[in-house]
Amino acid sequence: MGFLDAVLGRRKPARPNLDALFSLPSAAITVQAALDFVPTGRASVAFRSPEGRAFADIENDVRALLDADGGPAVQLSEDSFGFDWIVIRTEPVDVGTAVTDAHAVNTSLVEGGFGPQLLCSLVSFRGPDNVPLALVYLYKSGTFYPFAPVPGADQQRNNVLELQVRDLLDGELPMEGNLTRWFAVWDAPGL
Amino acid sequence: MAKTRYGTDRGLTARMFGTLFGLGLLYVVLAAALYALGFSAILILGISGALLFGQWWFSDTLSMKAMRAVEVTPEQAPQLHAVVDRLCAMADMPKPRVGIADSDVPNAFATGRSPDRSVVVVTTGLLRRLNRDEVEGVLAHELSHVAHRDVTVMTIASFTAILAGFMVRSAMWGSMMRGRRDQNTAIIFLVVMVVSVLVYFISYLLINALSRYRELGADRGAALLTGQPTALASALTKITGDMASIPTKDIRQMEAVSAFAFAPAVAGKREFTLEQWFSTHPPLEKRLAQLAKIAGELGQR
Repeated sequence: MGFLDAVLGRRKPARPNLDALFSLPSAAITVQAALDFVPTGRASVAFRSPEGRAFADIENDVRALLDADGGPAVQLSEDSFGFDWIVIRTEPVDVGTAVTDAHAVNTSLVEGGFGPQLLCSLVSFRGPDNVPLALVYLYKSGTFYPFAPVPGADQQRNNVLELQVRDLLDGELPMEGNLTRWFAVWDAPGL
Repeated sequence: MAKTRYGTDRGLTARMFGTLFGLGLLYVVLAAALYALGFSAILILGISGALLFGQWWFSDTLSMKAMRAVEVTPEQAPQLHAVVDRLCAMADMPKPRVGIADSDVPNAFATGRSPDRSVVVVTTGLLRRLNRDEVEGVLAHELSHVAHRDVTVMTIASFTAILAGFMVRSAMWGSMMRGRRDQNTAIIFLVVMVVSVLVYFISYLLINALSRYRELGADRGAALLTGQPTALASALTKITGDMASIPTKDIRQMEAVSAFAFAPAVAGKREFTLEQWFSTHPPLEKRLAQLAKIAGELGQR
Protein backbone atom coordinates (compact mmCIF):
# COMPACT_ATOMS: atom_id res chain seq x y z
CA MET A 1 0.00 0.00 0.00
CA GLY A 2 1.82 3.05 -1.27
CA PHE A 3 1.47 6.64 -0.20
CA LEU A 4 -0.28 7.56 -3.43
CA ASP A 5 -2.81 4.77 -2.98
CA ALA A 6 -3.66 6.11 0.46
CA VAL A 7 -4.03 9.64 -0.86
CA LEU A 8 -6.23 8.53 -3.73
CA GLY A 9 -8.31 6.09 -1.73
CA ARG A 10 -7.60 2.95 -3.65
CA ARG A 11 -5.84 -0.29 -2.97
CA LYS A 12 -4.19 -2.94 -5.01
CA PRO A 13 -5.94 -6.22 -4.25
CA ALA A 14 -3.72 -8.67 -2.40
CA ARG A 15 -2.30 -11.25 -4.78
CA PRO A 16 -2.23 -14.86 -3.72
CA ASN A 17 1.07 -16.65 -3.27
CA LEU A 18 0.64 -20.20 -4.52
CA ASP A 19 4.14 -21.67 -4.43
CA ALA A 20 4.43 -22.45 -0.72
CA LEU A 21 1.62 -24.99 -1.14
CA PHE A 22 4.06 -27.51 -2.62
CA SER A 23 5.97 -27.85 0.64
CA LEU A 24 2.86 -29.47 2.17
CA PRO A 25 3.50 -33.13 1.24
CA SER A 26 6.86 -33.24 3.04
CA ALA A 27 5.36 -31.41 6.02
CA ALA A 28 2.61 -34.05 6.12
CA ILE A 29 5.28 -36.73 6.52
CA THR A 30 6.85 -34.80 9.39
CA VAL A 31 3.47 -34.48 11.14
CA GLN A 32 2.80 -38.17 10.70
CA ALA A 33 6.23 -39.19 12.00
CA ALA A 34 6.33 -36.89 15.02
CA LEU A 35 2.70 -36.69 16.17
CA ASP A 36 1.13 -39.81 14.65
CA PHE A 37 -1.42 -37.75 12.74
CA VAL A 38 -2.24 -39.47 9.43
CA PRO A 39 -3.24 -37.48 6.32
CA THR A 40 -6.81 -38.13 5.18
CA GLY A 41 -5.90 -37.50 1.56
CA ARG A 42 -8.35 -34.61 1.38
CA ALA A 43 -7.48 -31.09 0.35
CA SER A 44 -9.95 -28.19 0.24
CA VAL A 45 -9.83 -24.82 -1.45
CA ALA A 46 -12.01 -22.02 -0.08
CA PHE A 47 -12.94 -18.89 -1.97
CA ARG A 48 -15.65 -16.29 -2.05
CA SER A 49 -17.35 -17.00 -5.34
CA PRO A 50 -17.99 -13.71 -7.13
CA GLU A 51 -21.28 -13.13 -8.83
CA GLY A 52 -21.56 -13.25 -12.58
CA ARG A 53 -21.22 -15.55 -15.52
CA ALA A 54 -17.43 -15.43 -15.82
CA PHE A 55 -16.83 -17.05 -12.50
CA ALA A 56 -19.49 -19.71 -12.95
CA ASP A 57 -17.83 -20.70 -16.23
CA ILE A 58 -14.40 -20.96 -14.64
CA GLU A 59 -15.81 -23.02 -11.81
CA ASN A 60 -17.35 -25.45 -14.29
CA ASP A 61 -14.10 -25.68 -16.23
CA VAL A 62 -12.21 -26.48 -13.04
CA ARG A 63 -14.57 -29.29 -12.13
CA ALA A 64 -14.48 -30.71 -15.63
CA LEU A 65 -10.69 -30.55 -15.61
CA LEU A 66 -10.35 -32.37 -12.31
CA ASP A 67 -13.00 -34.96 -13.09
CA ALA A 68 -11.71 -35.68 -16.59
CA ASP A 69 -8.40 -37.37 -15.82
CA GLY A 70 -10.06 -40.13 -13.82
CA GLY A 71 -8.32 -38.61 -10.84
CA PRO A 72 -9.64 -37.89 -7.38
CA ALA A 73 -13.29 -37.12 -6.79
CA VAL A 74 -14.15 -33.45 -6.50
CA GLN A 75 -16.94 -32.07 -4.38
CA LEU A 76 -18.27 -28.54 -4.24
CA SER A 77 -20.12 -27.12 -1.27
CA GLU A 78 -21.03 -23.78 0.24
CA ASP A 79 -20.47 -22.98 3.90
CA SER A 80 -22.57 -20.83 6.21
CA PHE A 81 -20.58 -17.70 5.32
CA GLY A 82 -21.29 -17.94 1.61
CA PHE A 83 -17.82 -19.22 0.79
CA ASP A 84 -17.41 -22.04 -1.71
CA TRP A 85 -15.22 -25.03 -0.92
CA ILE A 86 -13.83 -27.42 -3.49
CA VAL A 87 -12.85 -30.65 -1.77
CA ILE A 88 -10.47 -33.07 -3.46
CA ARG A 89 -10.45 -36.65 -2.14
CA THR A 90 -7.67 -39.06 -3.04
CA GLU A 91 -8.19 -42.79 -2.66
CA PRO A 92 -5.77 -44.34 -1.75
CA VAL A 93 -4.45 -41.44 0.32
CA ASP A 94 -2.00 -39.34 -1.67
CA VAL A 95 -1.21 -35.90 -0.27
CA GLY A 96 0.95 -35.06 -3.27
CA THR A 97 -1.89 -35.54 -5.76
CA ALA A 98 -4.38 -33.73 -3.54
CA VAL A 99 -2.08 -30.72 -3.24
CA THR A 100 -1.31 -30.69 -6.95
CA ASP A 101 -5.02 -30.69 -7.76
CA ALA A 102 -5.69 -27.97 -5.22
CA HIS A 103 -2.96 -25.98 -6.90
CA ALA A 104 -4.63 -26.51 -10.28
CA VAL A 105 -7.85 -25.05 -8.87
CA ASN A 106 -5.97 -22.02 -7.56
CA THR A 107 -4.16 -21.45 -10.80
CA SER A 108 -7.40 -21.55 -12.79
CA LEU A 109 -9.03 -19.01 -10.47
CA VAL A 110 -6.02 -16.71 -10.49
CA GLU A 111 -5.72 -16.85 -14.26
CA GLY A 112 -9.39 -16.01 -14.58
CA GLY A 113 -8.71 -12.84 -12.60
CA PHE A 114 -10.27 -14.05 -9.36
CA GLY A 115 -7.10 -14.36 -7.25
CA PRO A 116 -8.30 -11.74 -4.74
CA GLN A 117 -11.27 -13.94 -3.85
CA LEU A 118 -9.13 -16.90 -2.73
CA LEU A 119 -9.37 -17.37 1.03
CA CYS A 120 -7.46 -20.46 2.12
CA SER A 121 -6.65 -24.07 1.42
CA LEU A 122 -6.49 -26.85 3.92
CA VAL A 123 -5.14 -30.37 4.17
CA SER A 124 -6.62 -32.53 6.90
CA PHE A 125 -5.21 -35.19 9.25
CA ARG A 126 -6.60 -37.65 11.75
CA GLY A 127 -4.77 -38.40 14.95
CA PRO A 128 -5.11 -41.16 17.52
CA ASP A 129 -8.78 -41.53 18.61
CA ASN A 130 -9.84 -39.85 15.37
CA VAL A 131 -8.80 -36.36 16.54
CA PRO A 132 -9.06 -33.95 13.61
CA LEU A 133 -6.29 -31.56 12.59
CA ALA A 134 -5.90 -29.32 9.56
CA LEU A 135 -3.04 -27.36 8.12
CA VAL A 136 -4.54 -24.18 6.71
CA TYR A 137 -2.78 -22.15 4.06
CA LEU A 138 -3.54 -18.43 3.81
CA TYR A 139 -3.04 -17.33 0.23
CA LYS A 140 -2.58 -13.65 0.78
CA SER A 141 0.13 -13.87 3.41
CA GLY A 142 1.56 -17.13 2.03
CA THR A 143 1.64 -18.69 5.50
CA PHE A 144 0.32 -21.80 7.19
CA TYR A 145 -1.32 -22.36 10.54
CA PRO A 146 -2.76 -25.42 12.27
CA PHE A 147 -6.43 -25.76 13.16
CA ALA A 148 -7.50 -28.44 15.63
CA PRO A 149 -11.15 -28.44 16.71
CA VAL A 150 -11.92 -30.40 19.85
CA PRO A 151 -14.13 -33.30 18.71
CA GLY A 152 -17.58 -33.27 20.24
CA ALA A 153 -17.13 -29.85 21.85
CA ASP A 154 -18.97 -26.80 20.61
CA GLN A 155 -16.46 -24.62 18.80
CA GLN A 156 -13.41 -25.22 20.94
CA ARG A 157 -9.89 -25.44 19.65
CA ASN A 158 -7.10 -27.60 20.99
CA ASN A 159 -4.59 -24.77 21.26
CA VAL A 160 -1.91 -26.94 22.85
CA LEU A 161 -1.88 -29.27 19.87
CA GLU A 162 -1.94 -26.30 17.48
CA LEU A 163 1.11 -24.69 19.07
CA GLN A 164 2.83 -28.08 19.11
CA VAL A 165 2.27 -28.42 15.35
CA ARG A 166 3.52 -24.90 14.77
CA ASP A 167 6.73 -25.55 16.65
CA LEU A 168 7.19 -28.84 14.82
CA LEU A 169 6.82 -27.34 11.35
CA ASP A 170 8.45 -24.00 12.02
CA GLY A 171 11.54 -24.65 9.90
CA GLU A 172 9.71 -26.57 7.20
CA LEU A 173 6.77 -24.36 6.33
CA PRO A 174 6.31 -20.59 6.59
CA MET A 175 4.10 -20.54 9.71
CA GLU A 176 1.84 -17.57 10.45
CA GLY A 177 3.48 -15.71 13.33
CA ASN A 178 0.47 -13.57 14.17
CA LEU A 179 -1.81 -15.78 16.26
CA THR A 180 -4.81 -13.51 15.70
CA ARG A 181 -4.72 -14.61 12.07
CA TRP A 182 -5.27 -18.24 12.92
CA PHE A 183 -8.96 -17.87 12.27
CA ALA A 184 -11.19 -20.83 12.87
CA VAL A 185 -12.78 -22.82 10.05
CA TRP A 186 -15.46 -24.73 11.95
CA ASP A 187 -17.02 -27.59 10.03
CA ALA A 188 -14.90 -26.79 7.00
CA PRO A 189 -15.68 -29.23 4.18
CA GLY A 190 -12.88 -31.77 3.91
CA LEU A 191 -11.75 -31.27 7.49
CA MET B 1 0.64 -13.29 -16.44
CA ALA B 2 -2.74 -13.71 -14.81
CA LYS B 3 -5.33 -11.26 -15.91
CA THR B 4 -6.68 -8.74 -13.49
CA ARG B 5 -10.19 -7.46 -13.21
CA TYR B 6 -9.16 -4.64 -10.99
CA GLY B 7 -8.26 -1.64 -13.07
CA THR B 8 -8.40 1.62 -11.18
CA ASP B 9 -11.19 4.07 -11.83
CA ARG B 10 -9.32 6.85 -13.64
CA GLY B 11 -12.17 9.35 -13.43
CA LEU B 12 -12.49 8.93 -9.69
CA THR B 13 -8.73 9.22 -9.23
CA ALA B 14 -8.66 12.40 -11.29
CA ARG B 15 -11.54 13.98 -9.37
CA MET B 16 -9.97 13.11 -6.06
CA PHE B 17 -6.65 14.52 -7.20
CA GLY B 18 -8.37 17.72 -8.30
CA THR B 19 -10.09 18.08 -4.94
CA LEU B 20 -6.86 17.55 -3.06
CA PHE B 21 -5.13 20.08 -5.28
CA GLY B 22 -7.87 22.60 -4.49
CA LEU B 23 -7.43 21.98 -0.77
CA GLY B 24 -3.69 22.48 -1.11
CA LEU B 25 -4.24 25.74 -2.94
CA LEU B 26 -6.55 26.94 -0.18
CA TYR B 27 -3.87 26.10 2.31
CA VAL B 28 -1.44 28.41 0.52
CA VAL B 29 -3.99 31.25 0.49
CA LEU B 30 -4.58 30.70 4.18
CA ALA B 31 -0.87 30.69 4.92
CA ALA B 32 -0.58 34.07 3.22
CA ALA B 33 -3.43 35.42 5.32
CA LEU B 34 -1.77 34.02 8.43
CA TYR B 35 1.41 35.79 7.52
CA ALA B 36 -0.51 39.05 7.37
CA LEU B 37 -1.87 38.43 10.84
CA GLY B 38 1.68 38.37 12.18
CA PHE B 39 2.40 37.27 15.71
CA SER B 40 -0.79 35.45 16.66
CA ALA B 41 -0.42 33.22 13.61
CA ILE B 42 1.83 30.75 15.42
CA LEU B 43 -0.62 30.50 18.27
CA ILE B 44 -3.55 29.85 15.93
CA LEU B 45 -1.57 27.27 14.01
CA GLY B 46 -0.57 25.56 17.24
CA ILE B 47 -4.05 25.43 18.74
CA SER B 48 -5.83 24.20 15.63
CA GLY B 49 -3.06 21.71 14.91
CA ALA B 50 -3.21 20.31 18.43
CA LEU B 51 -6.99 20.08 18.30
CA LEU B 52 -6.97 18.20 15.06
CA PHE B 53 -4.16 15.93 16.17
CA GLY B 54 -6.10 15.00 19.28
CA GLN B 55 -9.19 14.30 17.26
CA TRP B 56 -7.21 12.05 14.95
CA TRP B 57 -5.20 10.32 17.66
CA PHE B 58 -8.24 9.49 19.77
CA SER B 59 -10.58 9.01 16.81
CA ASP B 60 -11.42 5.41 17.73
CA THR B 61 -12.29 6.11 21.37
CA LEU B 62 -14.10 9.37 20.57
CA SER B 63 -16.34 7.91 17.86
CA MET B 64 -17.08 4.84 19.92
CA LYS B 65 -18.15 7.05 22.84
CA ALA B 66 -20.19 9.33 20.59
CA MET B 67 -22.08 6.39 19.13
CA ARG B 68 -22.32 4.61 22.51
CA ALA B 69 -20.70 1.62 20.87
CA VAL B 70 -19.10 -1.21 22.81
CA GLU B 71 -16.30 -3.42 21.62
CA VAL B 72 -17.31 -7.06 21.32
CA THR B 73 -15.06 -10.10 21.69
CA PRO B 74 -15.13 -13.09 19.31
CA GLU B 75 -17.03 -14.97 22.05
CA GLN B 76 -19.77 -12.34 22.22
CA ALA B 77 -20.27 -11.98 18.47
CA PRO B 78 -18.77 -15.04 16.77
CA GLN B 79 -20.61 -14.56 13.45
CA LEU B 80 -19.55 -10.93 13.05
CA HIS B 81 -15.95 -11.67 14.00
CA ALA B 82 -15.77 -14.62 11.63
CA VAL B 83 -16.90 -12.47 8.69
CA VAL B 84 -14.32 -9.79 9.55
CA ASP B 85 -11.65 -12.52 9.96
CA ARG B 86 -12.31 -13.86 6.49
CA LEU B 87 -12.42 -10.47 4.83
CA CYS B 88 -9.12 -9.50 6.47
CA ALA B 89 -7.54 -12.79 5.39
CA MET B 90 -8.65 -12.17 1.80
CA ALA B 91 -7.45 -8.57 1.82
CA ASP B 92 -4.27 -9.38 3.78
CA MET B 93 -4.78 -6.61 6.29
CA PRO B 94 -4.59 -6.55 10.10
CA LYS B 95 -7.89 -7.26 11.79
CA PRO B 96 -9.48 -4.21 13.37
CA ARG B 97 -11.44 -4.35 16.60
CA VAL B 98 -15.16 -4.93 16.21
CA GLY B 99 -17.88 -2.99 17.99
CA ILE B 100 -21.65 -2.93 18.15
CA ALA B 101 -23.77 0.15 18.79
CA ASP B 102 -27.22 -0.36 20.18
CA SER B 103 -29.27 1.75 17.80
CA ASP B 104 -32.14 0.96 15.50
CA VAL B 105 -30.78 3.21 12.75
CA PRO B 106 -29.08 0.81 10.33
CA ASN B 107 -25.54 2.08 9.99
CA ALA B 108 -21.86 1.23 10.29
CA PHE B 109 -18.64 3.16 10.61
CA ALA B 110 -14.91 2.62 10.82
CA THR B 111 -12.47 4.84 12.62
CA GLY B 112 -8.97 4.86 14.08
CA ARG B 113 -5.69 6.56 13.35
CA SER B 114 -4.05 3.58 11.63
CA PRO B 115 -5.10 0.16 10.34
CA ASP B 116 -3.61 -1.37 13.50
CA ARG B 117 -5.61 0.91 15.78
CA SER B 118 -8.91 0.78 13.95
CA VAL B 119 -12.35 -0.27 15.01
CA VAL B 120 -15.31 -1.25 12.84
CA VAL B 121 -18.72 -0.65 14.35
CA VAL B 122 -22.15 -1.78 13.18
CA THR B 123 -25.48 -0.93 14.74
CA THR B 124 -27.93 -3.53 15.95
CA GLY B 125 -30.46 -2.06 13.51
CA LEU B 126 -28.14 -2.93 10.64
CA LEU B 127 -27.69 -6.50 11.84
CA ARG B 128 -31.46 -6.85 12.17
CA ARG B 129 -32.25 -5.61 8.68
CA LEU B 130 -29.51 -7.03 6.47
CA ASN B 131 -28.83 -10.61 5.46
CA ARG B 132 -25.45 -12.33 5.63
CA ASP B 133 -24.08 -11.21 2.26
CA GLU B 134 -25.25 -7.64 2.78
CA VAL B 135 -23.59 -7.41 6.19
CA GLU B 136 -20.43 -8.78 4.60
CA GLY B 137 -20.61 -6.07 1.92
CA VAL B 138 -21.03 -3.33 4.52
CA LEU B 139 -18.11 -4.67 6.58
CA ALA B 140 -15.96 -4.85 3.44
CA HIS B 141 -16.87 -1.21 2.76
CA GLU B 142 -15.74 -0.21 6.25
CA LEU B 143 -12.56 -2.29 5.97
CA SER B 144 -11.82 -0.46 2.72
CA HIS B 145 -12.06 2.82 4.63
CA VAL B 146 -9.52 1.41 7.07
CA ALA B 147 -7.21 0.19 4.29
CA HIS B 148 -7.46 3.53 2.47
CA ARG B 149 -6.62 5.33 5.73
CA ASP B 150 -9.62 7.56 5.27
CA VAL B 151 -9.63 8.88 8.83
CA THR B 152 -6.11 10.21 8.41
CA VAL B 153 -6.74 11.61 4.95
CA MET B 154 -9.95 13.36 5.98
CA THR B 155 -8.31 14.75 9.12
CA ILE B 156 -5.48 16.27 7.13
CA ALA B 157 -7.95 17.54 4.56
CA SER B 158 -10.07 19.26 7.17
CA PHE B 159 -7.09 21.13 8.59
CA THR B 160 -7.71 24.13 6.32
CA ALA B 161 -11.33 24.39 7.41
CA ILE B 162 -10.46 24.29 11.11
CA LEU B 163 -7.61 26.73 10.62
CA ALA B 164 -9.87 29.12 8.72
CA GLY B 165 -12.52 28.85 11.40
CA PHE B 166 -9.98 29.81 14.05
CA MET B 167 -8.74 32.70 11.97
CA VAL B 168 -12.20 34.18 11.60
CA ARG B 169 -12.51 34.23 15.35
CA SER B 170 -9.06 35.59 16.04
CA ALA B 171 -9.44 38.28 13.36
CA MET B 172 -12.67 39.32 15.03
CA TRP B 173 -10.99 39.51 18.41
CA GLY B 174 -8.05 41.34 16.94
CA SER B 175 -10.10 44.02 15.25
CA MET B 176 -12.17 44.56 18.37
CA MET B 177 -9.16 45.08 20.57
CA ARG B 178 -6.83 47.07 18.36
CA GLY B 179 -8.77 48.16 15.33
CA ARG B 180 -10.15 51.42 16.71
CA ARG B 181 -6.76 52.97 17.26
CA ASP B 182 -5.03 52.05 14.04
CA GLN B 183 -6.96 52.14 10.78
CA ASN B 184 -4.30 50.23 8.84
CA THR B 185 -4.46 47.19 11.07
CA ALA B 186 -8.22 47.28 11.00
CA ILE B 187 -8.19 46.90 7.23
CA ILE B 188 -5.73 44.02 7.44
CA PHE B 189 -7.91 42.27 9.95
CA LEU B 190 -10.96 42.82 7.81
CA VAL B 191 -9.23 41.33 4.78
CA VAL B 192 -7.99 38.39 6.80
CA MET B 193 -11.50 37.78 8.04
CA VAL B 194 -13.07 37.89 4.60
CA VAL B 195 -10.40 35.56 3.23
CA SER B 196 -10.88 33.17 6.13
CA VAL B 197 -14.63 33.05 5.70
CA LEU B 198 -14.23 32.36 1.99
CA VAL B 199 -11.59 29.73 2.62
CA TYR B 200 -13.79 28.12 5.22
CA PHE B 201 -16.73 27.93 2.85
CA ILE B 202 -14.75 26.60 -0.12
CA SER B 203 -12.82 24.09 1.95
CA TYR B 204 -16.10 22.88 3.40
CA LEU B 205 -17.37 22.16 -0.11
CA LEU B 206 -14.11 20.52 -1.13
CA ILE B 207 -13.93 18.34 1.98
CA ASN B 208 -17.44 17.11 1.34
CA ALA B 209 -16.56 16.39 -2.27
CA LEU B 210 -13.49 14.48 -1.10
CA SER B 211 -15.61 12.56 1.38
CA ARG B 212 -18.01 11.57 -1.40
CA TYR B 213 -15.14 10.33 -3.54
CA ARG B 214 -13.73 8.34 -0.62
CA GLU B 215 -17.13 6.72 -0.18
CA LEU B 216 -17.18 5.71 -3.83
CA GLY B 217 -13.62 4.42 -3.44
CA ALA B 218 -14.66 2.32 -0.43
CA ASP B 219 -17.71 0.97 -2.28
CA ARG B 220 -15.44 -0.04 -5.10
CA GLY B 221 -12.91 -1.65 -2.78
CA ALA B 222 -15.66 -3.60 -1.03
CA ALA B 223 -17.22 -4.85 -4.27
CA LEU B 224 -13.86 -6.01 -5.58
CA LEU B 225 -12.88 -7.69 -2.33
CA THR B 226 -16.05 -9.74 -1.91
CA GLY B 227 -16.83 -10.06 -5.60
CA GLN B 228 -20.44 -9.30 -4.70
CA PRO B 229 -21.31 -5.78 -5.87
CA THR B 230 -24.99 -6.67 -5.97
CA ALA B 231 -25.06 -7.61 -2.28
CA LEU B 232 -23.54 -4.24 -1.38
CA ALA B 233 -26.01 -2.47 -3.66
CA SER B 234 -28.90 -4.18 -1.98
CA ALA B 235 -27.50 -3.26 1.45
CA LEU B 236 -27.25 0.37 0.34
CA THR B 237 -30.80 0.34 -0.93
CA LYS B 238 -32.04 -1.08 2.32
CA ILE B 239 -30.10 1.41 4.41
CA THR B 240 -30.43 4.64 2.46
CA GLY B 241 -33.76 4.03 0.82
CA ASP B 242 -37.20 4.45 2.26
CA MET B 243 -36.99 1.06 3.91
CA ALA B 244 -34.55 2.39 6.49
CA SER B 245 -37.14 4.75 7.90
CA ILE B 246 -39.45 1.93 8.90
CA PRO B 247 -38.44 1.15 12.46
CA THR B 248 -37.91 -2.36 13.74
CA LYS B 249 -37.42 -1.23 17.29
CA ASP B 250 -40.02 -0.45 19.86
CA ILE B 251 -41.08 3.19 19.75
CA ARG B 252 -40.16 3.68 23.41
CA GLN B 253 -36.49 2.92 22.74
CA MET B 254 -35.78 5.21 19.80
CA GLU B 255 -32.56 7.25 19.55
CA ALA B 256 -31.10 9.47 16.89
CA VAL B 257 -27.68 8.91 15.35
CA SER B 258 -25.71 11.18 13.06
CA ALA B 259 -23.16 10.95 10.30
CA PHE B 260 -19.57 9.82 9.66
CA ALA B 261 -20.88 6.45 8.80
CA PHE B 262 -21.85 4.02 6.10
CA ALA B 263 -24.80 6.10 5.04
CA PRO B 264 -26.21 9.40 6.21
CA ALA B 265 -28.50 8.66 9.12
CA VAL B 266 -31.40 10.67 7.75
CA ALA B 267 -32.09 10.00 4.11
CA GLY B 268 -34.27 12.62 2.48
CA LYS B 269 -35.56 12.83 -1.06
CA ARG B 270 -32.61 12.94 -3.39
CA GLU B 271 -32.78 15.20 -6.38
CA PHE B 272 -30.06 17.00 -8.23
CA THR B 273 -29.98 20.08 -6.06
CA LEU B 274 -27.59 22.20 -4.12
CA GLU B 275 -27.99 19.67 -1.33
CA GLN B 276 -25.61 17.38 -3.17
CA TRP B 277 -22.79 19.87 -2.85
CA PHE B 278 -23.12 19.89 0.89
CA SER B 279 -23.45 16.19 1.54
CA THR B 280 -20.70 13.89 2.77
CA HIS B 281 -22.03 10.85 0.96
CA PRO B 282 -22.72 10.46 -2.76
CA PRO B 283 -26.34 10.04 -3.81
CA LEU B 284 -27.63 6.50 -3.75
CA GLU B 285 -28.13 6.35 -7.52
CA LYS B 286 -24.48 7.19 -8.09
CA ARG B 287 -23.30 4.47 -5.73
CA LEU B 288 -25.64 1.92 -7.27
CA ALA B 289 -24.53 2.87 -10.78
CA GLN B 290 -20.89 2.31 -9.88
CA LEU B 291 -21.67 -1.07 -8.35
CA ALA B 292 -23.67 -2.10 -11.40
CA LYS B 293 -20.69 -1.22 -13.55
CA ILE B 294 -18.36 -3.35 -11.42
CA ALA B 295 -20.86 -6.22 -11.56
CA GLY B 296 -20.70 -5.98 -15.34
CA GLU B 297 -16.90 -6.08 -15.29
CA LEU B 298 -16.90 -9.12 -13.03
CA GLY B 299 -19.18 -10.98 -15.41
CA GLN B 300 -16.92 -10.54 -18.42
CA ARG B 301 -14.96 -13.54 -19.53
